[in-house]
Amino acid sequence: MTGLIIASIMTMMTAATPLVFAATGELVAEKSGVLNLGVEGMMLIGAVFGFAAVTLTGEPLLGLAVGVLTGLLASMIFAVLTLSLLSNQVATGLALTIFGTGLSALVGLDYVGKTIEQIRAIYIPVLTDLPIVGRLLFGHDPLVYVGILILGLTHWFLKHTRWGMILRAVGDSDQSAHAIGYPVIAIRYAAVAFGGAMAGLGGAYLSLVYTPLWAEHMTAGRGWIALALVVFASWRPTRVLLGAVLFGGITILQLNAQAAGLGIPASFMSMLPYIATIVVLVLISRDATRIRLNAPACLGRPFRAER
Amino acid sequence: MFTLEVRATQSAYASWLSPLLALVLTAITGALIFLVMGKSPGIALYIYFIEPLTSWSGLSEVAVKAGPLILIGMGLSLGFRAGVWNIGAEGQFIAGALLGSAPAVYFFDSTNPLILPCMMLLGILGGMAWAAMPALLKTRFNANEILVSLMLVYVAELLLVHLVQGPWRNPQGWGFPGTRMFPDVALLPMFFPGYRVHLGTLIAVLIPFGVWFVMMRTRFGFQIRVFGSAPLAARHAGIGSSQMVWTTLMVGGGFAGLAGVMEAASTIGQLMPKISPGYGFTAIIVAFLGRLHPVGVLLAGTVIAVTYIGGESAQISAGLPKAVTGLFQGIILFYLLAFDLLTRYRLTRVRTRGNTA
Repeated sequence: MTGLIIASIMTMMTAATPLVFAATGELVAEKSGVLNLGVEGMMLIGAVFGFAAVTLTGEPLLGLAVGVLTGLLASMIFAVLTLSLLSNQVATGLALTIFGTGLSALVGLDYVGKTIEQIRAIYIPVLTDLPIVGRLLFGHDPLVYVGILILGLTHWFLKHTRWGMILRAVGDSDQSAHAIGYPVIAIRYAAVAFGGAMAGLGGAYLSLVYTPLWAEHMTAGRGWIALALVVFASWRPTRVLLGAVLFGGITILQLNAQAAGLGIPASFMSMLPYIATIVVLVLISRDATRIRLNAPACLGRPFRAER
Repeated sequence: MFTLEVRATQSAYASWLSPLLALVLTAITGALIFLVMGKSPGIALYIYFIEPLTSWSGLSEVAVKAGPLILIGMGLSLGFRAGVWNIGAEGQFIAGALLGSAPAVYFFDSTNPLILPCMMLLGILGGMAWAAMPALLKTRFNANEILVSLMLVYVAELLLVHLVQGPWRNPQGWGFPGTRMFPDVALLPMFFPGYRVHLGTLIAVLIPFGVWFVMMRTRFGFQIRVFGSAPLAARHAGIGSSQMVWTTLMVGGGFAGLAGVMEAASTIGQLMPKISPGYGFTAIIVAFLGRLHPVGVLLAGTVIAVTYIGGESAQISAGLPKAVTGLFQGIILFYLLAFDLLTRYRLTRVRTRGNTA
């Protein structure tokens, strides 16, 4: 029984990790005042290019790097359009998701059905062998730790560093930040780039670790769930982890329930993560004041300097 | 040195020029992509954009594909105008197809011609019901309609899969997922033998003109236009935002649902695990490319339909992957959004001299 519980927690963490990456990146972008709805597209791009890189070279680290880089490049299309050409952020984000879906399907044609070697869980002698806590603390794949580390660093950066505070100021009042002399557009470019890199990493995690293969539209809405997680977390990094683990838990619960054969049709069980997202959104958004207090005030608004 | 100057009013000229520019540049980009893929760009572009228009059967297929795109894009454009971001039309399309097909599934040997109008009505209701969820959660609980409507796409897809694999599966279908074929009375009539153009296509082409009339000549249309361009003024005039969320989502959901049932009751003739090649998402592009204007949506839907049909024939005749179509659609929207800058701003030349800071 403990074995089963431990195994469930382990898989829950792997299900949570792509969401941790993507949601942390999007959180930083949103904190700077930019709403990028292209997370799903950037994840798909990171997933397919990362997978292609590993198939061609056999280097998992290179695959992750390619995922990060391609996600970042994709986010730059969005950044140029919304930040330099002042296009509507909602429409441009949707365009990025449509573009990413199309591009990844095209690039991925040659890679459907190919297999690669999965990035393995870490093993530290003695520590990993400890009863119960051993595997829970020292037995995940390396990226689970990277995700938590990035989340912690993001929290620290936003809360305790000068540039973190400037980034938040840009998101809360772009005109005043500009008046004081901060480079609003440059900071937003950087925040969007970080969001793209993290979404790409989240996508690469899916195709290299979570299910080591490429399948068309394999993200299955995780980019959108990451967007919902940012709202759920009230734009606070620490709560992103909570939300991601919660969703990881629902995903695993649903898979386990399907395997156990509770007599509930598989399709209904598969609906759970999506319905849970809606329920969570409703519960969080119900309190309009709270959303207003936590959301960056300039979220989604284009910025043009008023000299 | 150039700088951007806000235009007092949006330039109508630029607003119609930018979709054309976007299409031309997409074609050029497409040529480059084909070149990279080692195909002749000239031939590939011809297959994609011209060939579908050179035969009666090609034109008929374009019209059949354009139907749902126009219908869904029409509904979405009303919402986008009012700032209501319904991006779950794909789910509303499926919900409409599901509910609308119920009579044909349960009365599979029916000969009563009334079954068809009944199905159309149920299709509209199904789409509306699916859109009512984001509307309710938005107006009552402030939940973001983008995310809610999108999540419901996945729910609708899974519900469809469940029905066609389980309770609605054709008992004589050798275990394949899918319902029985609809009875003849439950199928939309076709006009010309040998061509698939059907009554639904005609309806889809006529509806934009109706919407145009409503938008320009009625109080409701006026409200939507005011709400989209000046929300504050609209509020002072007593147009509530909840009311706007509800009406635009209901209209958008209804159109998408109608498109869904018409697709099931025409070219497909049954329900299958997958009934849409992403019409609901592509319609977002159609709405923008058509400038959120009824006639524009009609034209844009046709153009995008050409690329669908071109994509299919390119796969068969030139071995080009159909996935290119999806890439094109994203690129069109990127270019369009970039050129839209010119409708709202004017490029002016600034002389930089030492004393002007």
